[in-house]
Amino acid sequence: MTTPVELEQTQVDPAVDETGTEDRPWLTIVWNDPVNLMSYVTYVFQQLFGYSRDQATKLMLDVHHKGRAVVTSGSRDKVEIDVAKLHGAGLWATMQRDA
Amino acid sequence: MNGWRRRGGLLVGTFSEREAGLLRGMVGQIRDLLAARVAASPHDELAELTGIIAGPTTAPTDRVLARLLPDFHREDTGLSGGLRALHEPELVAAKAGVAGVVLDTCPARGGRVRLSEEQAQAWLTALNDVRLALGTVLEVTEDMPDELAPDDPRAPHLAVYHWLTWVQESLIQALAST
Repeated sequence: MTTPVELEQTQVDPAVDETGTEDRPWLTIVWNDPVNLMSYVTYVFQQLFGYSRDQATKLMLDVHHKGRAVVTSGSRDKVEIDVAKLHGAGLWATMQRDA
Repeated sequence: MNGWRRRGGLLVGTFSEREAGLLRGMVGQIRDLLAARVAASPHDELAELTGIIAGPTTAPTDRVLARLLPDFHREDTGLSGGLRALHEPELVAAKAGVAGVVLDTCPARGGRVRLSEEQAQAWLTALNDVRLALGTVLEVTEDMPDELAPDDPRAPHLAVYHWLTWVQESLIQALAST
């Protein structure tokens, strides 16, 4: 788990400031891979993130045709948890800072 | 195996003895591979004191394990290492857990398998892990043919892979048909 916000704020570290308080969100990226089934990827998006079947299908098709798709975004902690969930389901997921 | 069906709140499928043996063998191998990953971790005195287990910071060199336990970030190895240490123990435990559900519910001699919704979810993940492992070793591509030339040494293994794909697809359809 992560440290409480109160503790983080006591650190006077410009490096933490730079990466911790900027507005640019973190992104959860799912990459295309030749093994995961289209139906399975759609099902996982619905189960993990509560997307409708249509939303999940659109994201799955983005992964399939474009090679990758952003499936969630937000704070680093949230995205980190989402990537961990996707790894649990066997999807090839990474996190990155929005460009 | 003629596919999965919903029967009174359960997911039901039937496996022949050969199919059950094949599946149990592969799922068991994944579990062994994960156990070997844990056993290879260095002795951690701090973890014994605090009960907080830190995983390794480097990706597995074994290509199957590397696919099952991917990096968190494509370029930032420092971030990936830190997050791996934090999350890998839980991920390994989850994958070993779903493998265990298959081994507990699939009779070694084959026969009817009846799964609760939760058990069926575990099967779905475990089937996917086995396909990831086999697909990695077979170097499966998206335009992989249904069959390879009969003299190709991978041909019988690809047939198993396609069978697993079919079993998983059928389970997804049954789960989605609420």
